[in-house]
Amino acid sequence: MSAPLVWILFPMLLGVILIFVRNERWAAFVGSSLAFLLALAAWVLPIEATFTLGARIFKLTETFDVLGRQLVLTATDQPLLALIYISLCFWFAASATLKVAQRLVPLGLIITGLVVAALAVEPFLYAALLIEIAVLLATPLLLAPDQRPGRGLIRFLIFQTMAMPFILFSGWLLAGIEADPGNLALVLRAGILLGLGFLFLLGIFPFHTWIPLLTREAMPYAIGFVLWMFTTSALLFGAGFVDRYTWLRTTPALVNILTLAGTLMVASGGLLAAFQNHLGRMLGYAVIVEIGFSLLALSLGGAAGIDLFFLLLIPRMLALGIWAMSLSILKELAPTLTFSAVKGVGRAWPFAVAGIILAQLSLAGFPMLASFPTHQAVWEGLAQSSPGPALWVLLGCAGLIVGAIRSLAALMAAPEGTAWGIRETWPQRIFLVAGWLLLVGLGNFPQWTIPLLARLPGYFEHLGF
Amino acid sequence: MILNWIATLLLLAAAFGILLSRDWRWNLGILAVQYVGVFWLVHASWPIAAASVKLVTGWMACAALGMTMVNSSLQSPAESSWPQGRLFRSFAAGLAVLISLAMASRLAGWLGLSFPVAWGGLLLISMGILHLGISAQPLRVIIGLLTALAGFEIIYAAVENASLVTAALAVVNLGLALAGAYMLTAETSQEAK
Repeated sequence: MSAPLVWILFPMLLGVILIFVRNERWAAFVGSSLAFLLALAAWVLPIEATFTLGARIFKLTETFDVLGRQLVLTATDQPLLALIYISLCFWFAASATLKVAQRLVPLGLIITGLVVAALAVEPFLYAALLIEIAVLLATPLLLAPDQRPGRGLIRFLIFQTMAMPFILFSGWLLAGIEADPGNLALVLRAGILLGLGFLFLLGIFPFHTWIPLLTREAMPYAIGFVLWMFTTSALLFGAGFVDRYTWLRTTPALVNILTLAGTLMVASGGLLAAFQNHLGRMLGYAVIVEIGFSLLALSLGGAAGIDLFFLLLIPRMLALGIWAMSLSILKELAPTLTFSAVKGVGRAWPFAVAGIILAQLSLAGFPMLASFPTHQAVWEGLAQSSPGPALWVLLGCAGLIVGAIRSLAALMAAPEGTAWGIRETWPQRIFLVAGWLLLVGLGNFPQWTIPLLARLPGYFEHLGF
Repeated sequence: MILNWIATLLLLAAAFGILLSRDWRWNLGILAVQYVGVFWLVHASWPIAAASVKLVTGWMACAALGMTMVNSSLQSPAESSWPQGRLFRSFAAGLAVLISLAMASRLAGWLGLSFPVAWGGLLLISMGILHLGISAQPLRVIIGLLTALAGFEIIYAAVENASLVTAALAVVNLGLALAGAYMLTAETSQEAK
């Protein structure tokens, strides 16, 4: 048996089967169980070595041939697979409490399979095609069957589709540069095309407008999942480019470009978040800030930079999940999610409101919360090399905190005498409280993630060494 | 060579037609014709069997969008934003044609393509992007994306002929059409409510 069959084709096949399951709880149970088993398998099963299960002897091979090309999953990919599938397990398990499992689980499994395939395909530049197919599959997830498609979804489709040709073409040019590294004209062309491709793919300023539009229009939990999945895969794909091409890795301009793009994302996202009157848009701007932090972590270079890049992933997933879940709970009460519509709901939905505020503060890098240790380390590294951008990054984080305080004020502004109550269901309360505890726990004990994260930088062959 | 020129002129006429027509039937009909030109220009780089994948996929995409429109109550709605006039669109299309024409000779020299093939590809890319810039209707946006992608495929065929890429690009084209069909169906359901 081959490893791509287990971690790519099998979840995709099960996703197709689950489309026909009409029971929310069953879909969530089967999906989260499978994701957990795949994460466990990625953690314990060896690739290219024999192991026994019961009386049988198995061996997982690295490659799987598709139409003359290969999907390759090696032992160095396993920690990343474990991280992806354990995160998926959490997303699916919580989806049962929000009545989105029937759409999220089947499509989520297929999208995850495609994203893992994108990380495994050789030659790796074909990943752009697989990511684009995953993007197209996300359309039914982001648009309810009886909802008018908004500008956010349309821009999302346009920008993600525009990214693919640029990346594919730059990949062809990059192969040419490997043969003739002194050809500066080719280097310049490849650099411009690659830059444009990732501007579109990652939603980097000024192509970030679809993110807040989409978080305003779509079901929050679905968009939370989509943003987590696609930003993670696009960032890994982008870092993969830097890892594979020596000339790109050693270009001095790369650090400046990453610092500039990251600072722009954090500053613009954070400062704009401070002025939003819509809880969904606030989530969108926080995602923009997070993409910026990942770029800044990469700009720091060396082992520290790549460690920080991976350290950002778990707190981000956690905060996005809790924030999106809380918004989905509130959306049943106030479909628009504007400040005026959710005014004072904190008295009746305290768990969801606390989830929103804690998640937002965590993504802002507030002390004692999950993202704080990593954000602080990125900021410190940046302050040593570029004090100017570090100041803008600090302003961006302050903007997110101001946004959180404004959200809290709006959510708690109930008329005097309004009684307190708890309207969340028990399963929702359990998931939210577990999320709070993890946010606070990881903020105080970041070493909890070290067993997983210590093996992740091995995913890149050259970065960080 | 002369057939390549005919195919490029067909693409020019089709791209103008799609941009100026407001009836979805005409739009999809012209898009189907456009794929004949795309097929021929891809055939300049690929064997006919592989190039025909583009034609079949394109026609399937047109069929998926057409069937959705036939079954929906949506008619070709006017754009909500300025500008809507044919004169403006013709002027903008003229500019796009000039830009693509100016860039084509350099691209042809760089990739070793014949001039009409390079121009055909760039023409569709620029007209597709123009389409995306002036429309927010799901059907028109999908047609714009399919057009821009078709232009890219003509050029990319000169540098890449892997089966996996051919298959994945076919899936992307069909996926775009199906995503468009889903958006149109959702819009119809919303209007029915």
